[in-house]
Amino acid sequence: MTNSSVPVTTGNVRPHPTQNEALLFEISTPGKHAYKLPPLDVPAVDAASLLGATHRSQSAQLPELSEIEIVRHFTRLSTWNYAIDLGMYPLGSCTMKYNPRVNELVARIEGLAEAHPYRPDSLAQGILEVIDLLQRCLIEITGMDAITLQPAAGAHGEFTGILLVRAWHESQGNPRKKILIPDSAHGTNPASAAICGYTVETLKSNAEGGIDLDALTRQVDEDTAALMLTNPSTIGVFESQIAKIAEILHAKGALLYMDGANMNALVGKARPGDFGVDVMHLNLHKTFSTPHGGGGPGSGPVACKAFLEPFLPTPVLVQDQDGAKHWNYNRPQSVGRVRAFYGNVGMFIRALAYILANGPDGLRQTTEDAVLNANYIRKKLEDVYDLPYKTASMHEVVFSDKRQAALGVKTGEIAKRLIDYGFHPYTVSFPMIVHGALMIEPTESESLEELDQFIAAMRAIAKEVEETPELVKAAPHSTRVSKLDEVTAARKPILRWAPAVRPNAR
Amino acid sequence: MRYLPKSPAEREKMLAEIGAASIDDLFAVIPAEDRMNRDLDVPRAHAESEIIDYFRAAGRKNATNYASFLGAGCYRHYRPVIIDSLIQRGEFLTSYTPYQAEITQGTLQAIFEFQTMIAELTGMDVANASMYDGSTGAAEAVMMAVRVTGRHKAVVAATVHPEYREVLVTYTKHQGLPETLVSYDRETGRIDLSSLEAAVTEETAAVLVQSPNFFGVIEDIPAIAEIVHAKGALLIVSIAEAVSLGVVRPPVEADIVSMEAQSFGVALSYGGPFCGVIAAKEKYVRQMPGRLVGQTVDGNGNRGFVLTLSTREQHIRREKATSNICTNQALVALMATIFLSVYGKEGIRELAEHNLAKANYAAQTLSAQPGAKLRFTGAPSFHEFVLQTEEAPAQWTQRLLDNKIVGGIDLSRWYPELQNCTLWCATEVITRKNIDAAADVLAATPAEA
Repeated sequence: MTNSSVPVTTGNVRPHPTQNEALLFEISTPGKHAYKLPPLDVPAVDAASLLGATHRSQSAQLPELSEIEIVRHFTRLSTWNYAIDLGMYPLGSCTMKYNPRVNELVARIEGLAEAHPYRPDSLAQGILEVIDLLQRCLIEITGMDAITLQPAAGAHGEFTGILLVRAWHESQGNPRKKILIPDSAHGTNPASAAICGYTVETLKSNAEGGIDLDALTRQVDEDTAALMLTNPSTIGVFESQIAKIAEILHAKGALLYMDGANMNALVGKARPGDFGVDVMHLNLHKTFSTPHGGGGPGSGPVACKAFLEPFLPTPVLVQDQDGAKHWNYNRPQSVGRVRAFYGNVGMFIRALAYILANGPDGLRQTTEDAVLNANYIRKKLEDVYDLPYKTASMHEVVFSDKRQAALGVKTGEIAKRLIDYGFHPYTVSFPMIVHGALMIEPTESESLEELDQFIAAMRAIAKEVEETPELVKAAPHSTRVSKLDEVTAARKPILRWAPAVRPNAR
Repeated sequence: MRYLPKSPAEREKMLAEIGAASIDDLFAVIPAEDRMNRDLDVPRAHAESEIIDYFRAAGRKNATNYASFLGAGCYRHYRPVIIDSLIQRGEFLTSYTPYQAEITQGTLQAIFEFQTMIAELTGMDVANASMYDGSTGAAEAVMMAVRVTGRHKAVVAATVHPEYREVLVTYTKHQGLPETLVSYDRETGRIDLSSLEAAVTEETAAVLVQSPNFFGVIEDIPAIAEIVHAKGALLIVSIAEAVSLGVVRPPVEADIVSMEAQSFGVALSYGGPFCGVIAAKEKYVRQMPGRLVGQTVDGNGNRGFVLTLSTREQHIRREKATSNICTNQALVALMATIFLSVYGKEGIRELAEHNLAKANYAAQTLSAQPGAKLRFTGAPSFHEFVLQTEEAPAQWTQRLLDNKIVGGIDLSRWYPELQNCTLWCATEVITRKNIDAAADVLAATPAEA
């Protein structure tokens, strides 16, 4: 739609041209190198004779490039990404907050980054102290009694937490059969429960998008192992009946599992351990600022009450009387290991750096600002976008596309148009209890100026929906690629590059 | 607080716009008895310089100036400098999962390149975008084989990393999926083929082996595959040392490969974050766990990349998904992709050959010391080897530590039958001087130490 003679501006955005960049394999030329090994200081060996039939005769077709080409390749690719560093990233339930750079620096300190997991505990006291301090901070923040840092991500934490639930029920003589999960839950919840051998029973949300206490009372029985509850919920609402929910569950011997995806609304203000939660996971890559990195690594610690502690994955960190720390593997009731070694330790370092930077006041202020930002957006957009649930919002606000859909424009299309205004889209079509959801989580990291720009963009799009809906429906207009053909991608998957004619391997 | 971009006046202004008297109004929905009315008991706010001081002190306490012969699923290789420069670009570091393809083509293309390189290296048709690590990847591969075959039993080699096996048990024990452990040949250290043949039945979904195995020995994959496939089971090969693929024949007979790619430019970091990945024959792709990036075109015919086949995944299929995995190890996969670009076709082979040479020299030199001998010499190995000593490892381990050397790890921790046996690893970063020094300490009698 752009006329090349005139600079086009949408909101405060101008198109940003970048070079094309082919695949590594396409720019490869035989004979180029980006590496040099030091001279071999031991006798060379004849690999073919040493390895015999297990020797690799044909080299893998990896690219052959010089260092500058590699740097330019990945730098160019990077410019095709949106990122928190470029602007607001209001993905609901993802908590895309600022990733402090000091975290990156300290995670690379030699003594920490180069520690082998099997080095003797006596040579690992520094990293064990870091792990111990993080554990104590997270226990305090959640109000729980014990913790494991082993799970590698949120879903892995859910799996671990439900294993604890199961192990406890087994110790009581009956593992029970089902896990209750609200219809507003993230898809990982039911998937995690299923791996633990449970059937999943859906709990229908009430008119406010929260837990329906009557339905809960009806559905909790002696077969119920636990309820997996996200609090605040995926529509950003705190379950004010949480104590009652815990009571209903506990009365039938069932446990309360909390998905801590939305802890950014609670840190320093309320503690799950104080409102009846038995076991929960945290996402260090959400609440505690470790970078999302284009999809990971994450870290999903699981905190629990004391009665679940014997079941934590092995090993657990313990301290001798003289203060030395070591790993204890002698845990007869443990659910077992959920991962090799001890977890995504590099993420622990970053999360602790974040906690140290904030302190108690900073953590509380962070939560307050996250909630303030979400409510500000709600206030400034509720006259143009439908708000299906009027309940008070915490750290995120969920609109629906009801008014825009009536004009033929859906949430996914509005999201794509937001890209033209220089923002990453909000979360689209989730939670599923809201038809055509626009799920917006600004986090605390947005200034008033950035929020106002986002609000202006959302209002401008709402206006476009009324006046020039086709403009919105064809969005985005400013990106390197236009809408991609996902149907063909799935129908005839091309999942790797292949040369037209395979060159003969040496 | 330096990360929060608001002045007190702006906060007041926003509250006024919202119509709230104070910030507490916004938290009123939390019942008073559930609210926290005190400060969190965490350390006070630290200046950036103090944070750096704290972690530097922790790093020093960890001791850094030791030569280490530890491997066992976590390998120290040289990490080219450009890895950290490139992955710390904010556009990679601070980007989310590439669901919005139009503004995440950088991440998507890089993952597509990763998938291609992993497929090339492993000899498989396709690879996914990453798994948490090698241990969970192996467990997921077994569950994938169960879906493919509709069978519900697994056979596992005792030479698979012991912690991988523990994770597998944790994953499968509630799914009615019993495992049979197959022992190893005491001479070669390879899986015992006759025991394997006896263990695999028409009910076996998958056989999981590791190569190079936990003892560093390279398994006879074609022979194993023949036994496995004769019963209609799938062969899963776990690879804990990815650099081996530079010189070791890829397990092309496998149906699924689960690899730990930590060796491709990822710091040891006390065991994580690492980078698992699952590769497989194309016909099994719809049963794969995890994200996949596929090539497609946009409305103007430009090539582009998208996340694809997502109907396998939890956000669509919920409890019927192929896995519960959501967040994976994307940034670590990017490290591996850059590492493989740096070494390239010739470099990965040369690097692997250097590892082979170092380990060969180390094995010969250490086993030449009085009372020491090599175990499992009947089959080829990559860069790890098992040393048996007359003296108990606990004794010489301390002598080595006194000389700033971390020796091999005691295998009796996992294999009680392997008394006085230790697993040593020598990668390209170990020097001849390190090896000779370790040999000298081993040779010294305890009385002199």
